[in-house]
Amino acid sequence: MHPMTQTPDPLLQVRDLSIAFDTRHGPLRAVDNITFDLAPGEILGMVGESGAGKSLTGTAITGLLERPGHISGGEIHFEGRRIDTLSKDAMRPLRGRKIGAIFQDPLTSLNPLLTVGKQLVETIQTHMDLTKEAARARAIDLLAEVGIPAPEQRVDHYPHQFSGGMRQRVVIALALCADPKLVIADEPTTALDVSIQAQILALLKKMCREHGAAVILVTHDMGVIAETADRVAVMYSGRLVEIGPVEQVVKHPRHPYTRGLMGSIPVVGGGLRRLTQIDGAMPRLTDLPSGCAFHPRCPKATEACTQVKPTAVKVDDGQVACLLYEGAQ
Amino acid sequence: MQTVTTQGAEPLLSITGMKKHFDLSPPLLNRLIERKPVQHLRAVDGLDIAVPKGKTFSLVGESGCGKSTVAKLVVGLYGPTEGKVIFDGADLTDLEASQRADYRRRIQMIFQDPYASLNPRWRVRDIIAEPLRSFGLVSSRQEERDEVGRLLELVGLNPRDGEKFPHEFSGGQRQRISIARAISSRPDFLVCDEPTSALDVSVQAQILNLMRDLQEELGLTYLFISHDLAVVDFMSDYVGVMYLGRLVEVGPAKEVFHNPTHPYTRLLMDTIPDMEMTRRDRTPVAGEVPNPINPPPGCTFHPRCPLANARCKAEAPRLRQMPGDARVSCHAAEEGRNPPLARKPTGPENAPVMQLRASAGGA
Repeated sequence: MHPMTQTPDPLLQVRDLSIAFDTRHGPLRAVDNITFDLAPGEILGMVGESGAGKSLTGTAITGLLERPGHISGGEIHFEGRRIDTLSKDAMRPLRGRKIGAIFQDPLTSLNPLLTVGKQLVETIQTHMDLTKEAARARAIDLLAEVGIPAPEQRVDHYPHQFSGGMRQRVVIALALCADPKLVIADEPTTALDVSIQAQILALLKKMCREHGAAVILVTHDMGVIAETADRVAVMYSGRLVEIGPVEQVVKHPRHPYTRGLMGSIPVVGGGLRRLTQIDGAMPRLTDLPSGCAFHPRCPKATEACTQVKPTAVKVDDGQVACLLYEGAQ
Repeated sequence: MQTVTTQGAEPLLSITGMKKHFDLSPPLLNRLIERKPVQHLRAVDGLDIAVPKGKTFSLVGESGCGKSTVAKLVVGLYGPTEGKVIFDGADLTDLEASQRADYRRRIQMIFQDPYASLNPRWRVRDIIAEPLRSFGLVSSRQEERDEVGRLLELVGLNPRDGEKFPHEFSGGQRQRISIARAISSRPDFLVCDEPTSALDVSVQAQILNLMRDLQEELGLTYLFISHDLAVVDFMSDYVGVMYLGRLVEVGPAKEVFHNPTHPYTRLLMDTIPDMEMTRRDRTPVAGEVPNPINPPPGCTFHPRCPLANARCKAEAPRLRQMPGDARVSCHAAEEGRNPPLARKPTGPENAPVMQLRASAGGA
């Protein structure tokens, strides 16, 4: 069951989205013309190195971009309705109700001064027409659902009384309390230990499946993506370089950057003497190379790569933005 | 202390009977008036390891298992509560301050966060030259400049980068600077505490390759600390798996990774996301690391262990030699109650899969 790129009724459509930061030296393009669709209930993994623009894309969808960052081009449609032009007030009921968010650090996304029950009840009552008692009952149900033992007692505890993994469970409950259609999970397991990470990913998958929510899972960890996502979008320097079904991107990556990225991940029992490495580092936004942003590090770069900015072309079930594949159709 | 890792070669560094307890007791008055008890956190609770010359010994475990405390004990940032650190025949915990200087030169450390471990107000050349000056390894300015340039080239940077400040470099380049600083005093032994955890994967690959190249070139011995099993497998000759301040399994990396015996090692192996099995629905291991202030009695792993029985709850196991080359601290393994490994049907790594009992309040 994996939805393809073109589904009849996508939940989310991102078209030519660009995000820029205004600086004294002119605008910096942090996200450059990215286009993708998300089907209802689908889990899209978004990978890339720090500064690739993956978190910004998520932030733009939730409408939480802060000045000086702003959407400088393109459109975002959610359930057929354009949302990137909505005012703050028009966006607020959508956020939380239809679009939930989970962030990296569970300690900063919970209010340390309120009990988790109070935070859950407040969120539930904001988005749903429930009495305080009913909202509290729902909060307890949700805590039980995310696997918190003794939820009747734990609901009155403060965030600091929970461990890191348990806190992230509370955050997941909070994000899903109004049954949103889309959840943006930005590095939800990065701050957690490996054994807890596995628990949280399994929980996130299960909860989204049961509540019918689609997920954009932003992470730098290819392993997390491989296990969790239906489709993968690989970002480099603000551009979408490859998108496709997880099997294709992980096992048969097409773009030279994705290939390098996959080769640089150590595997247990790999018995390697050396890891494949991509030399150099991602360019700074202030001096992006001309043409394809990856060409200075690319082993297959040609003269044309320094001039022409590649556009996404269809390769098998995915899309790749690389001159190697352009014209190969 | 006889350890498996000493086969033939004399260890360059060995730690015996190491304990580090932190006193977390409330102040005396509170203890008297409120009758609060004395509390100790046993960060490291009886550890024996031996690192042969020119090899890499890795410690793995989750946060709070005490692996970074071991790193600090080795470089002397902490004094042990009990136990010895023997380096090249001398007990470092029992040296006069004047004698310690040369050992300090020979043991250097690379830290996790390259943003916090370099002084932002110093030029890179001064950062790298500081050990040269303080250990008196150079006699003139010119010699110092040449040496800094050589070190920068050795770690893959340009000698001219010495004029810059740390903020002008990316995370990976900063970690290269940290490495150049660490090797500038010509050490034999490097303690690397999660040197790549703050880096992106493609940069991590560069740094890991560099560390292996340097080990070969300079004959370095590493104590490598990480929570990432794949990185540890790539780097190590020997591995010690830690849980709540103790080693649960220790041995040659190949043995531990291909034939993990302790249930906790198997648990860790099973949490590695598998690139071959996409969209796998796995049964995650339940439970979390218990509070180290009040560790469970007996084997500290028993609340999460699928093989635990009455003996595990009462009696702490000790490290024992297993049929392979590893030593394991587990009653079940000793009594042969340990089920054989279930292998994954495909994949070159043959990572073990084990179903673990849901317990201790998990999903």
